[in-house]
Amino acid sequence: MKGLLKRFGVGGRTFVTAIPYVWLLVFFLIPFIIVLKISFSTTQIAMPPYAPLLHWAGEKMLQVQLNLGNFAFLVEDNLYWMAYLNSIFVAGVSTLICLVIGYPIAYAIARSNPSTRNVLMLLIVLPFWTSFLLRVYAWIGILKNNGLLNNFLIWIGAIDQPIQMLQTDFAVYVGIVYSYLPFMILPLYANLEKLDLTLLEAAADLGSRPWQAFYKITLPLSVPGIIAGCLLVFIPAVGEFVIPSLLGDPGMLMIGKVLWTEFFNNRDWPVASAVAIALLLFLVIPIMYFQRAQDAETGAGAHR
Amino acid sequence: MNQGRNLFRAIVLTLGFAFLYIPIVSLIVYSFNESRLVTVWGGFSTKWYGALLQNEQILNAAWLSLKVAALSATLAVVLGTLAGTVLARFGPFKGRTLLSGLTTAPLVMPEVITGLSLLLLFVTMEQLLGWPKGRGMTTIVISHITFTMAFVTVVVQSRLAQMDDSLEEAAMDLGARPHKVFFLITLPIIFPALLSGWLLAFTLSLDDLVITSFVAGPGSSTLPMVIFSKVRLGVSPDINALATILVAVVAVGVLVSGIVMRRQQITRDRDAQMALAANQQMIDSLKKG
Repeated sequence: MKGLLKRFGVGGRTFVTAIPYVWLLVFFLIPFIIVLKISFSTTQIAMPPYAPLLHWAGEKMLQVQLNLGNFAFLVEDNLYWMAYLNSIFVAGVSTLICLVIGYPIAYAIARSNPSTRNVLMLLIVLPFWTSFLLRVYAWIGILKNNGLLNNFLIWIGAIDQPIQMLQTDFAVYVGIVYSYLPFMILPLYANLEKLDLTLLEAAADLGSRPWQAFYKITLPLSVPGIIAGCLLVFIPAVGEFVIPSLLGDPGMLMIGKVLWTEFFNNRDWPVASAVAIALLLFLVIPIMYFQRAQDAETGAGAHR
Repeated sequence: MNQGRNLFRAIVLTLGFAFLYIPIVSLIVYSFNESRLVTVWGGFSTKWYGALLQNEQILNAAWLSLKVAALSATLAVVLGTLAGTVLARFGPFKGRTLLSGLTTAPLVMPEVITGLSLLLLFVTMEQLLGWPKGRGMTTIVISHITFTMAFVTVVVQSRLAQMDDSLEEAAMDLGARPHKVFFLITLPIIFPALLSGWLLAFTLSLDDLVITSFVAGPGSSTLPMVIFSKVRLGVSPDINALATILVAVVAVGVLVSGIVMRRQQITRDRDAQMALAANQQMIDSLKKG
């Protein structure tokens, strides 16, 4: 094997690099090119349900039929605009709530003594290991009209009648914040744990109050953690499908649900592809930003 | 001052953990509920566990999911370890940025996009190459490897970045070939990271609904697909029983792997100390001599 590779001038390094590289090219990058291709295609009642882009027209004439209709359809139909804007809004608000809840938790854990710290972090990650789907399902039992939360509120006398909570936007926010909170806490904790405490001591020695020191030192230094956490929550939340379809109003417009419906219910693969491409175009910048942040974090030892 | 800070910490942590754990606890409690109405307590019962064990659809789906998860986690660890090693140890090379982009993008890519794109790939491949024939376990496993190997890569890459590479260098200096260094030195040291990468990949695969729904064919329903179609119709107590079993398995798994890793860590620390002590002794005796 080795001799064979050598003969072709392929070193061990290249070989080792090639295996994961080829896999990711074939199963991650090329699929996007195919999605792009099919988004320019027209629907056809066949299997697969779209018309080929290229076909031979007469003598050695390759005809390319680019159909921009799917994208025109997305632009013209208000439903898609609303779905995109609503998804971005819901994901943005959820990210902010995650940050507001997650920051104090990460901070409190990072300031605990080292032995409890690990146990607490384990407890943060543990729910993540149990099924995401079942954790979302648990909220149905809590939020529905005769569910735990309504029963509790009636029992303490805060309300007389159950409030409609399930199938509202509120339920979707709760679901997203609940599911993605660990993703916010992890990078924040990793950042806050590394903070040099002598900086805070120095600030205190120089007469700054604790909140001043926090605002002027801890917060600015934790910005990389904040950015990583926010991207880790925001990007997948924009395309979220499970949470809005289980907890949200059936009419709630989220782009992940729209894509799913176009694909599974309307069997319109070209429009589903166009929806995916448009979503990807919007997410490309945050994803690249995330990739750079991630590379700076994990690849610290790479450029030796 | 300090007391106030401790109080703040206690309140934040109590509220935070209550938020994270109340839903899970409620799932477990109501799995032992006699009543079919999930939130009305009708007395203690284990009948939903019995019902679960007789539900052939769920059992078949669970078996398929376990097979898929074990297979794809194992292959994802192999590919993810290669990718992590390349990124952490091979230094800059042409195409490194693309590789690191391809390994981090799946971490955040919305699942509907990944699922759709993989399905369209499989359809195109079938048209052009005649493989894979139809959709089923093969396509599910390929898809799961692709999105879980990204997580393994990150785990391995950051472990390698933290790792002191002087041992590897020493082995190289003593004339070991790179692959020998990798299998005899690097791999044993990063083994805990591989183990947690495998567990992570296994859990993610076992749990995935969206990507799987796109690439699964008729007759290859995984456990999350069955759960989702049941849950869409409303709460049902046997799903609570299923959730409880999963939580118990995860808790035991995490506990056991935690203990194993701790033990290994202790042994490793002891070995390192012994090596240091031996070294010191040698130096001392050399000095005397």
